[in-house]
Amino acid sequence: MSTASTTLPSAGPAAGSRSFLSRLREGDEIARLVTFLFAASVVLITILLVFELWQGSVLPRHKFGFAFFHTSVWDPVFEKFGALPFIYGTVVTSVLALLIAVPLGIGAAIFLAELAPARVSDTLEFFIDLLAAVPSVIYGLLGFFIVVPLMREYVQPGLKNTLGFLPFFQGPAYGLGFLTAGIVLAIMVIPYIISVSREVLLSVPRDQREAALALGSTRWESTWKVVVPFARSGIMGSIFLALARALGETMAVSMVIGNAPIISASLFSPGDSIASVIANQFSEATGELYTQSLIELGLVLFLLTFLLNGLARILILVTSQRGSGMGNA
Amino acid sequence: MKRITRILLVAFALAGFFIARAALSITGAGATFPYPMYSKWFAEYHKKDANIEFNYQSIGSGGGIKQITEGTVDFGASDGPMNDDQLKAFQDKHGFPVLHFPTVLGADVLTYNIPGVTVDLNFTPEAIAGIFLGKITKWNDPAIAGTNKGVNLPANDIYVVHRSDGSGTTYIWTDYLSKISDDWKNKVGKNTSVNWPVGLGGKGNEGVSGLVKQTPNAVGYVELIYAVQNKMPYGAVKNSSGAFIKADLASVTAAAAGAAKNMPDDFRVSITDAPGKTAYPISSFTWLLIPSKFSDASKRDAIKGFVKWMLADGQNYTEALSYAKLPKEVVAKEEKALNSIQ
Amino acid sequence: MNPRMRWRKFVSNFMLAMTGVCALVAVSVLFFILASLVYHGGTSINWNFFTKLPAPVGETGGGMANAIVGSAKLLLLATLFGVPFGFLGAIYIAEFSGSKVAFVVRYSADLLNGAPSIVIGIFAFSIAVHPFKHFSTLAGGFALGVMMIPITLRSTEGFLLDVPRTLREGAMALGASKWKTIATVIVPAAYRGILTAILLAFARVAGETAPLIFTALGNSYWSHGLNEPTASLPVMIWNYAISAYDDWHRQAWAAGLVLLTLILIINILARAILSRGISVPR
Repeated sequence: MSTASTTLPSAGPAAGSRSFLSRLREGDEIARLVTFLFAASVVLITILLVFELWQGSVLPRHKFGFAFFHTSVWDPVFEKFGALPFIYGTVVTSVLALLIAVPLGIGAAIFLAELAPARVSDTLEFFIDLLAAVPSVIYGLLGFFIVVPLMREYVQPGLKNTLGFLPFFQGPAYGLGFLTAGIVLAIMVIPYIISVSREVLLSVPRDQREAALALGSTRWESTWKVVVPFARSGIMGSIFLALARALGETMAVSMVIGNAPIISASLFSPGDSIASVIANQFSEATGELYTQSLIELGLVLFLLTFLLNGLARILILVTSQRGSGMGNA
Repeated sequence: MKRITRILLVAFALAGFFIARAALSITGAGATFPYPMYSKWFAEYHKKDANIEFNYQSIGSGGGIKQITEGTVDFGASDGPMNDDQLKAFQDKHGFPVLHFPTVLGADVLTYNIPGVTVDLNFTPEAIAGIFLGKITKWNDPAIAGTNKGVNLPANDIYVVHRSDGSGTTYIWTDYLSKISDDWKNKVGKNTSVNWPVGLGGKGNEGVSGLVKQTPNAVGYVELIYAVQNKMPYGAVKNSSGAFIKADLASVTAAAAGAAKNMPDDFRVSITDAPGKTAYPISSFTWLLIPSKFSDASKRDAIKGFVKWMLADGQNYTEALSYAKLPKEVVAKEEKALNSIQ
Repeated sequence: MNPRMRWRKFVSNFMLAMTGVCALVAVSVLFFILASLVYHGGTSINWNFFTKLPAPVGETGGGMANAIVGSAKLLLLATLFGVPFGFLGAIYIAEFSGSKVAFVVRYSADLLNGAPSIVIGIFAFSIAVHPFKHFSTLAGGFALGVMMIPITLRSTEGFLLDVPRTLREGAMALGASKWKTIATVIVPAAYRGILTAILLAFARVAGETAPLIFTALGNSYWSHGLNEPTASLPVMIWNYAISAYDDWHRQAWAAGLVLLTLILIINILARAILSRGISVPR
């Protein structure tokens, strides 16, 4: 049998003092090898993905270089491709989504973490998690049939009448466009902000709140001025996470944004996003340059979401470490 | 729990096998312009021969051209004939040419949704070009009102809808606009996908008709059957002889009359702005894109068999869906061309 | 109580009430979505919907039978492909590897997880469609499977690491080899969490549309075996919704209701399994 060792079987290389042969006999080496192969494959698939994106966009990268990012013409006839309208559309809709989702989301998270009794908080969180599970195409369905007519008939004319002097609310009220896409995206990312923010708020140590209350602050003041700032990095992290999700959203956005490569200050204007234009045009892009320009858009999107996800994780980590580190004011 | 999963897995595998009958499945993709026609044809052909299934996916003519060139589908479909560069790309990739086979005649119509207007409007070529160039922005513009005396056109903004995907319907539309407007020809050009000066994009004929139907003051171009099936109004267009013609079987057939007599061997021809007093100026053939060589003999025979049926019995189904039959001369020429598929 | 205190108290109550409103708004969206789907799609859920193939364009009476079966096939393939990689990969980094390798694997999984689904679609097209010259159910299953890998891997790793030390030490003390410990003690202890992870990953990809557009394409008939294109619920919803045919719109709503119900049931089931706690093997 095994030469019993006294090494602690922690999650790590279990070399200990058993011989290779005894490990082999007991199947450990095989298990290690097999699981290693699978783990290595995961890394391989990721590398392959990045490689395909990089290789698949070689033509436009050489032809346009960095001009790709600030050219606003997307002309398949004359083979001029510029990513600016799509970057603009992606950024505008995502920022809009955050402007709506962040106050709502943090507000809801505060309620769930600070005010609601545990059972209510858990039940509501359960529903919020279910909301996060709703697929994009169903948001698109609702967006297209319910939100768009609402925007076209009531909201956009209303905004035009009251705030029409601002450049944001000018132009024809199609119903589709940046504003509608932003609103639909906001609904889609709220659950992420709520669930992560709720967790970081819950992890803020009690003494912070109690200290504030002991000093005579109201419930709201202790929450807003002490707890939330304490959890600030984690909340920022949740916002980045939500942003990363918003950037990559395809179906719901493509169904309500209007699909026109337009850059306009007006939120009523139709536009397009990176993910949406790829979905619409990839299977029919004739010509290598056209196809590869779409792939380059995919590469850009991938890099953006990758950066944001990384930032988000760092921020969430920072908050939880602060929470566990501090215990004495 | 584990036993149940095992049973379920086996059940699925079996189900997969049961559905894996010996039917031959042929995949095609492309134009949305003739999709209602093809969908009906393939359903009827399947009734005739239950062993063959033609799976046609309407992803747009651009998609049809691309996927047949890539070789990921067995046949393509497009209402914009492949240009010389695209033909060369196919030849270079596969070593043999791809052939065009006209199937039906159809028309692009200008459909609109103007509150309070239920009649058919008359449009001049200049008006259409102006609308799509973004120069004519209101419905009561003199260019439109001038040819529609007595109609109460509102002073509303025109919302232009075009295609967001690569489309033969777009090719036909821009081909026509390039012929009647130098401005359009120089600024925008003709292709399955262009840089539109104004408007929103809808995906497929389905998407454009959907958008126009739901958006008041919208105007878009769709294949005739989409406007008819969705009970949407569409306008008459002034042809090269000066008459305002509405798209229908007679006017589309008239547009093809000249081409029928002088059809080139590769069947690639444009019949927009065709001469003839009764011709509808935005008509077009639509083509199946079939490789001239097949490695799979059963697929080749199935496709040839279908095309043969399509040229004969199939033509009887076209008029119910508002597509015009192919002229007799074209049918005869195609039957001969079928033999060159190996 | 002085006026300033009164004001502060008022602000406090008001703002806290507002947060309650925010929470209510967020939660009610879920119910609104469900209510809309039931209202618009409920009446179209009939026998035809589940058993008939799509009718020719413009004709009514068709159904989504092939899309339902197609989605089932795709999801089965995705699970068969994605879960082993996620599960076994997680075992490697939780039990065998050093911290550097574990970091690389985790980082790759996070990269994969963050990739937008349309990018996964492009990737799957170039790997599983282009070289084989046809669209297929396999390619669609591959695309969805790739999306399942990171979710399964990270969650499984988390649950494996959560298993208390005492269990591992006990097994080791009894002379069990590493893999035996893993197979008979650690994995069964974490089994609920792992199952939950798989179910959640499954529910996540069940609704994905973008990766399927360039891989499984679509089919107006039954898809035979695994090498042909196949219809799927999410893609059908998309195609039908943006069309102009009322009958297609109704079917899109019905399909949306079916799809969402399925996803919600899986989610609820997964959480129910997890909340029962970690079981200790006898």
